[in-house]
Amino acid sequence: MSQLALVIDLNVCVGCHACVTNCKEWNTSGSAGALSDDNPYGKDPSGTFFNRVQTYEIGEFPKTETLHFPKSCLHCEDPPCVPVCPTGASYKREEDGIVLVDYDKCIGCRYCSWACPYGAREIDEHQKVMKKCTLCVDRIYDESLPERERKPACVLACPTSARLFGDVHDPDSEVSVAIREQGGYQLMPEWGTKPSNHYLPRRKNHVSYHKDELERADNPLKKEDYQVDASEPSLDDVTSW
Amino acid sequence: MQPAFSVIFLTTLIGMGQGLFLAIYTEQVYSVLNVVQSNSSDKFYAIASAVALVLLVLGLISSIFHLGRPERAWRAASMWRTSWLSREVIVLPIVMGLVFLFGMVHFMSWNPVIMQFGSVAVRLSLIIGAFATLATFALYIATGMIYACLKFLQEWHSPLTVINYLLLGSVSGFTLASVIAAYEQAELVPFFVGWSITLLIFAFIFRGASLMRNKRLRPKSTVQTAIGVRHNQIKQKSMGFMGGSMNTRDFFHGKTLLFLRSIKTIFLVLVFAVPLSMLIIALFKPSLTVLGIAAVAMYIGLLAERWYFFAEGNHPQNIYYQSIA
Repeated sequence: MSQLALVIDLNVCVGCHACVTNCKEWNTSGSAGALSDDNPYGKDPSGTFFNRVQTYEIGEFPKTETLHFPKSCLHCEDPPCVPVCPTGASYKREEDGIVLVDYDKCIGCRYCSWACPYGAREIDEHQKVMKKCTLCVDRIYDESLPERERKPACVLACPTSARLFGDVHDPDSEVSVAIREQGGYQLMPEWGTKPSNHYLPRRKNHVSYHKDELERADNPLKKEDYQVDASEPSLDDVTSW
Repeated sequence: MQPAFSVIFLTTLIGMGQGLFLAIYTEQVYSVLNVVQSNSSDKFYAIASAVALVLLVLGLISSIFHLGRPERAWRAASMWRTSWLSREVIVLPIVMGLVFLFGMVHFMSWNPVIMQFGSVAVRLSLIIGAFATLATFALYIATGMIYACLKFLQEWHSPLTVINYLLLGSVSGFTLASVIAAYEQAELVPFFVGWSITLLIFAFIFRGASLMRNKRLRPKSTVQTAIGVRHNQIKQKSMGFMGGSMNTRDFFHGKTLLFLRSIKTIFLVLVFAVPLSMLIIALFKPSLTVLGIAAVAMYIGLLAERWYFFAEGNHPQNIYYQSIA
């Protein structure tokens, strides 16, 4: 059984919010209706978003590091938002593990948002139903699109390729290899939700050289203890004139 | 969490309605078994059942205001296998129906003897009431479990939540029953007042236990686990937007610590101190006014108690929304 998910490389994310805007653009234009906004250009704007990029400062000045942290629904393998739903509007797809909301069944009771520790669910204040990231389910299977575009909008928008998309249950997929080889981790593991989305940590590349590598230990000149005596003129000094 | 008044009214009203039914049914069982000497009239049972039903209906109506799409509310009965909310949605009408039947049997005085055990005559209303009692307990459990089952809302994730819904609902119902008794059938007042005092003491012990437990809780989730970075100094610089969203509105009460503390004091006084003293007074000198004060104070106090219960819930998603820009 496959489990589609995003892997977000925090080492590469520059916090440009392109994923946020492309997500909003794609999902507000879909057949499910707009992601409604109130006062988008006025005072106190408010709106429905599936994805946000947050910024954290780690450490104390001057030893600080800035972390840009995109957050959307993590499509948990054991999603706490699904069993609490009284209507069955909230469900996890068998075939690809995407957690979705059936907008025609949702009664807007907000109970699932209480049950999500990540705050991934939002009520659409106009349609009065719960909405959340769909992993662009209306796009990734769309055969009218060229194959390389059958990916979530946020993945396509990312200018630094910080977002990878694939099946985390397939051990040879790009995302599984990235998780395995680059220390992919899950958010709030303490609740046992087993998020499918993973994050790759910030990592520094340190190259450590041994002294041997800078100074040739087996230099044959050293073996013979040949040393240039700089106090006397060399042959070069004599012949250079 | 941001307390929603629809849910505050729902839980307090149905809790009181259920408690009122439990009160009159307890009295009926006692009088059938001749533990208390009373010739309680059908009229008393009918009035009390009607009041209980009105409370349950008012609770149901207020719950509708919580829904974004109330016209689809019927769908909420479908996921009873996994969802406590769905179970509540199923049990609430069952309780209403049984309380209605219980009241009607008394109102119409159509209460034939079904079985006879020695000198104890089991009448129809006693059997309906037994089922209604089961349903009432199931409803208390379902209501409490809606909150107690959310494991990362640590303040709620405890058996104390269910116990408190049960005890606080019952005590408010028993107190209301003593008011109705004082109005309709004064000889029943000591019975209900006695029960109310006992329940109030238990409610105080368990609500106090829950307050003490929550005071000592340490949040399991931290900003470190939330973003997965191991460092002691992590500060959010931006939550990603400057406007509002559901994440900033629904999960925090937005009040000061002082406000929170004063609500706690208010509910402790109004739910426990005032009714307890009024009930003790009524034990010696039954009066409608004194009991009325007890019931009204207790209900207002319960509104504050429920507000505090919701406000106290600390949702881990708030970790992600600490700084606007």
